[in-house]
Amino acid sequence: MTSSILLSATTWIYGLAAFLYVAAWVFHRRRLEAPATGAAAVGLAANTAGFFLRWAESYRLGMGHAPLSNLYESLVFFAGMIILVHLVVERRSGSRVIGAFSAPFAFLALAYASLSPNISDRIQPLIPALKSNWLIAHVVTCFVGYAAFAVAFGVSLMYLLRTRRAAPGRLAARLPEPPLLDEWTHRLVVFGFLFLTAGIITGAVWANTAWGRYWGWDPKETWSLITWFVYATLLHARLVSGWRGRRIAVLSLVGFGAVLFTYFGVNLLPGLHSYQSPG
Amino acid sequence: MNASRPSLGSALWDGFASLRLTIVLLLLLAATSILGTLIPQNEAPATYRAIFGDTGYRFFRALDLFDMYHSWWFQILVLLLAVNLIVCSAERISRQWALLAGKLPPPEPRRFEGVEARMTFEAPQDPAALAALFEPLIRRRVGRVEGRGTETGGRFLFAESGRWSRWGVYAVHGSVLLLLLGGLIGSRFGFDGFVNIPEGETVQTIQLRNTGERIRLPFAIRCESFQVSFYPSGAPSEFRSRLVILEEGREVLRRDILVNDPLEYRGITIYQSSYGTLPGREVRLSFTSRDTGMVYTREMKPGDEFAIPEGLGTFVLLDQRPNASFRGSPVGDAFVGRLVPPQGEPVEVLLPIRFPTFDRMRRGEVVIAVEEVKQRYSTGLQVNRDPGVPVVYAGFVLMLIGCYVTFFRSHRQVGLRLEPHGGGSRVSLAMTANKNRLALPPAVERLAQELRRLCNV
Ligand code: HEM
Repeated sequence: MTSSILLSATTWIYGLAAFLYVAAWVFHRRRLEAPATGAAAVGLAANTAGFFLRWAESYRLGMGHAPLSNLYESLVFFAGMIILVHLVVERRSGSRVIGAFSAPFAFLALAYASLSPNISDRIQPLIPALKSNWLIAHVVTCFVGYAAFAVAFGVSLMYLLRTRRAAPGRLAARLPEPPLLDEWTHRLVVFGFLFLTAGIITGAVWANTAWGRYWGWDPKETWSLITWFVYATLLHARLVSGWRGRRIAVLSLVGFGAVLFTYFGVNLLPGLHSYQSPG
Repeated sequence: MNASRPSLGSALWDGFASLRLTIVLLLLLAATSILGTLIPQNEAPATYRAIFGDTGYRFFRALDLFDMYHSWWFQILVLLLAVNLIVCSAERISRQWALLAGKLPPPEPRRFEGVEARMTFEAPQDPAALAALFEPLIRRRVGRVEGRGTETGGRFLFAESGRWSRWGVYAVHGSVLLLLLGGLIGSRFGFDGFVNIPEGETVQTIQLRNTGERIRLPFAIRCESFQVSFYPSGAPSEFRSRLVILEEGREVLRRDILVNDPLEYRGITIYQSSYGTLPGREVRLSFTSRDTGMVYTREMKPGDEFAIPEGLGTFVLLDQRPNASFRGSPVGDAFVGRLVPPQGEPVEVLLPIRFPTFDRMRRGEVVIAVEEVKQRYSTGLQVNRDPGVPVVYAGFVLMLIGCYVTFFRSHRQVGLRLEPHGGGSRVSLAMTANKNRLALPPAVERLAQELRRLCNV
């Protein structure tokens, strides 16, 4: 399967991009930044090609479904979206250091997908409940949102490092100015919130067509709602109570923690969200 | 009344209008929701006793933690959020009414003096000529222009765009209320039930999930057939029930349903949810003549009659008999029929499925055996009525539109001051917005550039 080869190559390209971004920041080598961006872009191209190839392969295997149906495939998509969101932020904010805090997530997502023994990269047929166009809408919107939250997490982390009260080291001083980081945390959260909202809604509509209930309080649904509440709190605190900076950054970290738990942690809980069983 | 002491009513009102309450409620809802994901919900008491012990079980049950999303305290939190939302929105809408409805007079030029996003340049034309020159462009780029003179003999032009976007946040908040309302309607006026229908059979009552009560539908459902297909790996690929809806015995609708493709009739929706297998009702029987050794086979279902060749008599398949026994010994699932021989009394024939040679013991002219039982399925249907769904879906649409508008649209106001300066004018362009202010300076710059091009400077 060519798509698998392409996607493992993507993993290493993202790894290279992450290494270059981090090295450019840590060793203060601005020269490494452009190659880092280049590697991220090449990785994204390979990721995209791998995604579509896998789609085509599933047709050749007589199944014919978008590669968004299990943990492996969702991680592949997630990694691609993180890099896409990152590249847009990098371009529009004019700060490449952000890559040191977002490219590693894409690398980790793909590395986890390829290396974890619990995750199979085989193309599997869809069980009847997953045969729905709402599945595609649901997974795409959720993971675009999650990717924005992942990059927001990186930016918030930078904010906290940059504004640490204990004498900020030279490394922290090379990070962008706090107002820029605060602004981008907010923009990314707003963007992610819109997509998370759309993701929860498409999931609800799908559940209603498949099982006759739009909301059933299963752990996965509940955790996505918890995540939504956390980010809604952040938006209100910022817009209406005028919170800025540290407190917003901390809420953004908490929010991403909830995202990760919705994504991975729920499998550890009792209950079922059929789609999420690793495999 | 003491003016410095607010009345209880207004104190309550202010409390409910406060955003601090919102933040507390949202975080409380998030935190308590976690509990319900850690404790499995709606399990049998015995399961909980096994996990938490008797004391733990009673303690958690007193707090309704085994069905916490429907508990009184969780519903009170949700209700408080709804009241918070209504009061807060009512308060803000009434305060901002003139602005939201577009009834405010254009602001004074002074309002644009201190704003950050501004540009100033000089032009050779006089203010009146410039105003006429600029008006069409500003109307195109921003919106309707209102002009007036200034005390210093100049002109002031004002235009705004996206005032309607201020409604976006109320759309979001209204949509949350719609979702809650839809949920309430569903739980008050809807039901959630299930029924298993063996192939070929018709039912009119279903069982409710929460109470186990049986209710009668205003129509009957017949399952004509159920099919399950599998992938080569053995995983199921499709469940399909061929359903017929009957009203007073008359067929009114016939349709297949699949897992993601339910059927809706008279506000009741029927979903494919599971299936089961039943011992079949159709069999292939073999009739072996003792004289000639000839074997005749025939597919029959209960009620069918077969005239056996060679004048061996007539066989009627009567019924299926689960867990039959013969002279006190169990022989498993069986069929029974009646054989009417040409002479003599009719005899009852027992045909156990597991023992095809059983009928030899009867020592008749013909030996009857079950060759094959057709597999028979029953379809498991989820039968729901939820009149709240349209309200919830309206809430979904409103929420998405509202979020998009609040996040990505803003209310912009542009003030353009044209003052006599030398022989020409001094132009100051300023812009304000209710959000995304970082986007303003470049927008001002772009507009200023276009204006300068108009007056050739
Ligand atoms: C689940 C419940 C709620 C959701 C999903 C929600 C959602 C939102 C969103 C998306 C915004 C726009 C934020 C932004 O532009 O960054 C907002 C703003 C706001 N919300 Fe809520 N909200 C909720 C509950 C409440 C409640 C209970 C109150 C009552 C105090 C409230 C008061 C406000 C206010 C005052 C604003 C700012 C409006 C403005 O000036 O633009 N919200 N809300």
